Amino acid sequence: MLLMPFFVGVPLLGAFLNSILGKISDRISDFIGNLVPATLVVLSFLSLFTLKSLNFTPFVYKMAGWVPPFGICFVLDGLSILMLITVNIIALTATIFSIPYMEKYTDKWKYYTLFLLMLTAMNGAVITGDIFNLFVWLEIGAISSYALVAFGTEQEELEASFKYAVMSSSASLFILIGIGFLYSYTSTLNMADIGKTLLEKPNSTLVGFVSVLFLLGFGLKSALVPFHSWLPDAHPSAPAPISAMLSGVLIKSLGVYALTRVIFNIIGTTQLFLEILVILGSISMVVGVLLALYQWDYKRLLAYHSISQVGYIILGIGLGTPFGILGGLFHLVNHSVFKSLLFLTSGAVEYTTGTRDLQKMGGLSTKMPVTGNTSLIASMSIAGIPPFNGFWSKLIIVIACIQANKFWLALIAIIVSILTLASFLKIQKYAFFGDLKEGLQSIKEAPVLMCISMIILAGLCIFLGLVLLPDIKGFFLDPAVKVLENGVEYSRIVFKNIR
Amino acid sequence: MEFSWHWCFSKKMIEYLLCLILFSVGLYCILVKRNLIKIIIGLGIMEYAINLFFILLGYKSGGQFPILSKENFNIEHFTLNITQPMVDPIPQALILTAIVIGLAVTCLLIAIALRIYEKYGSYDIRDLNKLKG
Repeated sequence: MLLMPFFVGVPLLGAFLNSILGKISDRISDFIGNLVPATLVVLSFLSLFTLKSLNFTPFVYKMAGWVPPFGICFVLDGLSILMLITVNIIALTATIFSIPYMEKYTDKWKYYTLFLLMLTAMNGAVITGDIFNLFVWLEIGAISSYALVAFGTEQEELEASFKYAVMSSSASLFILIGIGFLYSYTSTLNMADIGKTLLEKPNSTLVGFVSVLFLLGFGLKSALVPFHSWLPDAHPSAPAPISAMLSGVLIKSLGVYALTRVIFNIIGTTQLFLEILVILGSISMVVGVLLALYQWDYKRLLAYHSISQVGYIILGIGLGTPFGILGGLFHLVNHSVFKSLLFLTSGAVEYTTGTRDLQKMGGLSTKMPVTGNTSLIASMSIAGIPPFNGFWSKLIIVIACIQANKFWLALIAIIVSILTLASFLKIQKYAFFGDLKEGLQSIKEAPVLMCISMIILAGLCIFLGLVLLPDIKGFFLDPAVKVLENGVEYSRIVFKNIR
Repeated sequence: MEFSWHWCFSKKMIEYLLCLILFSVGLYCILVKRNLIKIIIGLGIMEYAINLFFILLGYKSGGQFPILSKENFNIEHFTLNITQPMVDPIPQALILTAIVIGLAVTCLLIAIALRIYEKYGSYDIRDLNKLKG
């Protein structure tokens, strides 16, 4: 398992090479920018199979040979590998899409350099086993995403980026205070060791305070409702592939993943905290979808739906039952697939028509069949229509709510799903169906490479429901659920597996 | 631990309290000020408050500098012979990283603020009204 440093090393090297060689020609930066995510997809599947041969016990990579708790270690377990595969597949489709899409911007090499840095940060945050290292990855990802949101350097992009940067940086500072409190009590930075120390000498005052700090910080990063106001500005302002990355995987790997890892595995959950997660999740679901209903900007509407769907994930995980966690994690994977696809289709529409206003579109399906059909698949997926992937995860979450005797939550989840359907019918009706609007007669289908990446994601939308088959579920979703279910046992399991 | 005002204003706690006040000043600055540059300065103040907090965590009054040398470390028997406790060096290393990160954030924010000034002709956030969040 010497593969693990490559998850950080390969994209970092790619970013470095790109900043030197990419200036020569755009083709070189295209090549490096696509080769790196492709390599990472292969590497993450290789790690999945290696981890399966280890029977999903966590693998601890000792950086530079320092045995934990000294030095920084990487820990690869079921939850990390689930996130790694999701992040790298979405990144690959986003870079394929970028080849034609980013032609209209200057300095493509800067774009790819920042993209690869963001990818490094997400991979690093997912596999690290050291809490301060997690903070560093969080900041690297955040800084490169501020720059990418402002990439167009128009008025809207700059404004959105400034807002995002100020809010997200203050969130990071709250996380840093939390780390400071944990360090002062446990005198260690290794996640497993912190967990062990807290088990040996529990301190409920400290745990309560630190949980609130982390909820504030990571909640803002994952755009839960009281902290959501940066997302609908920042995500639509970025170039389309970056919107797909931000909404698809960044808010999950740096927000939801980090929150669940720190709270569930290190400092331990309490019933009160789970209740708070459930409440925040359901408020996010409702508020996100209600705000989305009256948007006329294609990408802005999608951004509000990200808030709503992250609410589903947090609701599922917050239920705390194995079935609820399964639903939450499966919805996390599904949401990254269909939301990226929706943002990519919005990018394709913007590329050909030059507008994001739904009222100026109409009848695009006749001229752009691939974009129209993939967008239809993604819309049905996010609205939860069988047999697409979104249906299965929402069904699991609803059943989990009922099993936990929370009928109101199940009802809210169903109503939000219907409202989601309503707002996506609006997109389909105004943008893709109906008569072709004046002035759109001369448009053509998006370039081939854009279509390829959209078709890959649409295929995933259709077939990802198969992941629930017992054989596949056993080595993709179940180990991840197991990690969260084990809770603070994490530290014992990690220390047992240091080889 | 029982709460008492006496403990709150003891010599050890007063430094942490001042640190909290500094943090709150920064947060107030971000929340209330309307000038982009003042917001960036507020973020800087918050960062410095946290840096100070970390340094206080590692500080021991009367502590020694944490460097192993021939005088205080016996390499053959692997034993320490020190007369007074050492200061914790790890928070200092962490803060070095945090300072670099803060520098990057500040640089980027100032660059964005300058571009905003080019586009809008103002540093006032009330003039930035293209987006409705």
